[in-house]
Amino acid sequence: MASDTQRILARAAREVIPGQIVNLGIGLPTRLFHYLPDEMEVLVHSENGVLGCRPRRDGEAPDHDMIDSGGAYITTRPGASVFDSATSFAMIRRSRVDLTFMGAFEVDAAGNLANWKIPGKFSPGIGGAMELAQKVRRLVVLCSHNDKHGNPKILARCRLPLTASGCVSRIITDKAVMDVTPAGLAVVDIAEGLDPADLQAATEAPLLIDESRLGRF
Amino acid sequence: MTLLTEKVRDIQAAVAAIPEGATIMVGGFGSPGTPFALLDALLESGQGGLTLIKNDANEPGIGIGRLIEAGRVRRLITSHLGLNRTAIEAMNAGRLEVSFHPQGLLAEKIRCAGAGHGGFLTDIGLGTEIAAGRREIELDGRCWGIEPALHADVALVHAERADRYGNLIYRATASNFNPLMAMAAEQVIAQAYRLDAPGELPIDAIHTPCAFVSQVVQVDRATSEQGVRPHGL
Repeated sequence: MASDTQRILARAAREVIPGQIVNLGIGLPTRLFHYLPDEMEVLVHSENGVLGCRPRRDGEAPDHDMIDSGGAYITTRPGASVFDSATSFAMIRRSRVDLTFMGAFEVDAAGNLANWKIPGKFSPGIGGAMELAQKVRRLVVLCSHNDKHGNPKILARCRLPLTASGCVSRIITDKAVMDVTPAGLAVVDIAEGLDPADLQAATEAPLLIDESRLGRF
Repeated sequence: MTLLTEKVRDIQAAVAAIPEGATIMVGGFGSPGTPFALLDALLESGQGGLTLIKNDANEPGIGIGRLIEAGRVRRLITSHLGLNRTAIEAMNAGRLEVSFHPQGLLAEKIRCAGAGHGGFLTDIGLGTEIAAGRREIELDGRCWGIEPALHADVALVHAERADRYGNLIYRATASNFNPLMAMAAEQVIAQAYRLDAPGELPIDAIHTPCAFVSQVVQVDRATSEQGVRPHGL
């Protein structure tokens, strides 16, 4: 039985189209690396200044000048390039990165994202999250549907300071895959065995659910 | 500017000239590109009341982490402190003033200073907490935030190779903020693992032309005490 995290990652990997330039946010999204097969022609961008990174294989010696933005020693695939921080963020701001995956503290029905600060508790700085959220063509949020106390993370409206507004295209959680639409959050897929009413009960935002078209994952 | 023929210094002499209370840019994203030897020499040299500009705060016990722990840093301008709990503690206890910028804006503010501009216009962060207090203007029917250039007295940068004139080549992801900072500060002190005679670096591989660099110091490769970590960063 796959864990919730594995199910989120396996579902998220289906979002990546061969030929794309993709950024993997720090934390859970970084683990998507292991779901992208070597033969898939995708270049993974890391904002510290590399396009075309891949994880080191077992036994491959680390190059101490080669990290991703999460700090792991990485290596590169054919077609890769390295560059400075200004170039890296020009690539982001000019929307030359096709797809990014990010974690979330809160995400809401209007596609607003809060993932950098919990006032009084957690404020280590925003890093590259704001520019990625605001400018990458397609942002897919990967997160648990509820926090560790069971509170919903998919809200009617975010309460924490925003990373960017209206930036989220799709949300993938352990319970559902939801698209941000002008009418609200539309459920695309629902977790195997989960009742739509129970999904709504675990979610603060009102969900648009068309049971005849619902996928399972 | 330093004459081409007088740039090679010994490391102690290079950092001794940095004044008390200086504003110093420090290259590096995590460990790669951090000028560890220059930072260790600066710690030994004793200057305090410093303002540092660096993407992150390294990790506890290495790089600028050591200067922060020794109480030498009054203010840090950065994008993220996530990997340095002692820096976060110093910030929360009020011992360290921290200004946060989104990472790409931090890079661009430095790039702008290096290009001789006063600042730039951006739509990043409009309407969010990070843009609070920022001046805005309308141009071509759109709202833009004004981001001033970020200058410094000194930049400490790390290169893989240099020549005696101060031409620099960076390696892999150790480039990051280094080429930007190498253009943006009044005095630029570069450390390099390898120091060659002029003419030995391939001219079309040079990232920072020597005109921007004040002093060059040859250093040994970083050790595990200086930030080469088994887990990365």
